[in-house]
Amino acid sequence: MTDAPQIARVGVSGVLVTFGDTLTEQANLAAVAFRAEVDAQGWPEVQETASTLVSTFLVVDLIVVEYQDIFARLSALLDSYDWRTAALPAGRKLWTLPVCFDPDVAPQLEDAARVAGVTVKEALAHFEAARTRVITLGFAPGQPYLGMLPDQWDLPRQANLIPRVPIGALVIAVRQFVLFATSAPTGWRHVGQTAFRPFDPARDVPVVLSPGDEVRFARITASELAELEAKDSLGGAEWSLLP
Amino acid sequence: MTPALEILDAGPAMTLQDLGRAGQLASGLTRGGAMDRLALHEAAALLSQPIKAALEMVGLGGTFKASADTRIALTGAPMAATIDKEPVSWHGSHLLPAGSVLMIGGVKSGAIGYLSVGGGFASPETMGARSAHLVAGIGSTCVAGQTLLLGRDMGGNTDMVLHPDNRFTGGEIGITTSIQTHLFGEPELERFVKTTFVRDARANRQGIRMNPDCTGFSAAGALKVVSEIIVPGDIQITGDGAPYVLMCESQSTGGYPRIATVLPSDIPRVAQTPLGAGLRFRLYSFQEAVAREAKARAEVARLRTRVVSRVREPHTIADLLAYTLVSGVVSATDDPFEGKA
Repeated sequence: MTDAPQIARVGVSGVLVTFGDTLTEQANLAAVAFRAEVDAQGWPEVQETASTLVSTFLVVDLIVVEYQDIFARLSALLDSYDWRTAALPAGRKLWTLPVCFDPDVAPQLEDAARVAGVTVKEALAHFEAARTRVITLGFAPGQPYLGMLPDQWDLPRQANLIPRVPIGALVIAVRQFVLFATSAPTGWRHVGQTAFRPFDPARDVPVVLSPGDEVRFARITASELAELEAKDSLGGAEWSLLP
Repeated sequence: MTPALEILDAGPAMTLQDLGRAGQLASGLTRGGAMDRLALHEAAALLSQPIKAALEMVGLGGTFKASADTRIALTGAPMAATIDKEPVSWHGSHLLPAGSVLMIGGVKSGAIGYLSVGGGFASPETMGARSAHLVAGIGSTCVAGQTLLLGRDMGGNTDMVLHPDNRFTGGEIGITTSIQTHLFGEPELERFVKTTFVRDARANRQGIRMNPDCTGFSAAGALKVVSEIIVPGDIQITGDGAPYVLMCESQSTGGYPRIATVLPSDIPRVAQTPLGAGLRFRLYSFQEAVAREAKARAEVARLRTRVVSRVREPHTIADLLAYTLVSGVVSATDDPFEGKA
């Protein structure tokens, strides 16, 4: 792929604007910012939008909307600005999420530290100091991909899947954390546990995180985790608006 | 008292489904909704009402009792059905009298049947829809002992019939190219459309596996593909080379490459392909695909004009012998379609 953003047709049901063929900070920021710009345009043909790791997706009914027309408008919008230098959208939040790293609920923390070449203590210091960004929500509803961590944490996915991690599991691989929104199998390493449910259809706002939001972790004990789990589905998560 | 439908017995995979929840992709929530959306359109036409949530029954139906006279429509894959032990026909509407028992058995062809009611089911909505989205944890499967409240029926005919297309035996599935088709290259795509597939047992609301009659398929650099948006109908090629057609409850993004995407109007046919049935994929250019979809939509819009009154069933006609039932003679053994030159 060249450096230029690519516009492509998604079957007959949408259009994808891609900013890179590998996940980079720059491509992800461009995807988030370009989605905000498309939303701001308010084109009636666009039924909904989403940003993925490196792309902006537009749901457009290509049975009734001329693809060439939407292609031309997207090209013009892409040319109007260097999206790779885009600032993050306004209204972003900084979240503080309580996480328990006790071995009982973080069964692969030791293994993850070993693969990364650090002690468990050092790993925890890294995690607590890390300020990650919601790169995208996806796979399961509300499920955040948080990145990017330093190269040291470019851990490969495990060939043997963990049969099932619980909701709220914090897992790590390929310089990212994922905070599980459902109980599911994974090839990522389970290094922490939250009482936070990324998706709760019964909550006033079922999905509280947005792409671009930033997240840091606050270490809690197993008993504090149990208390938060008993309380509500936010798991003690708190936020403030980013300037 | 609000009318209700009591579930006396339920097959293993019965859920309430409407057209699902659009507008949530940014949160990673896929649309969900009925696997065979056409069956909901057919039910709406039969009951002369807007599209409402129906009971989606995979493979096997259930036993039901209504608390008040209720209009019902049976659409999608034909299943054996009786009201108070009297057989009733599929692809039609009936009156289910208060206290009568509706029994729905296994599928005769196809895979998924739908039970709709006049006025629709009135269970509470979650995020703007009544569809269960099991993967997301919205709603759950229906079980025996459950009672579903019914909405107010604005009234209309019963004993109406709508003969469906034949989407219940596999066959040809229309596809078109999408964002990752180029990763496979021309020869692999050509081989794909020449291959006959058999629907595998691994199938649910997330996806349906199709087994090729030859070696599996592969894309260059498949392991390095960045996870990307999924739309219903995308044909994902997993590690062993067999395709999965991703359905309405798939994950929102995925890292396995996708060779093509099923045209929306052919997704009901994929959903209704029974276990073990054969199918092939036919590639349409984008222009052809658009024309084909426009035509399919026009047909859906015309469904109401195809609804007809059911011809009275002979055993219910008291003065049966007064009718001239036979004129001319047909052979029971000759094949009328066989040419006799």
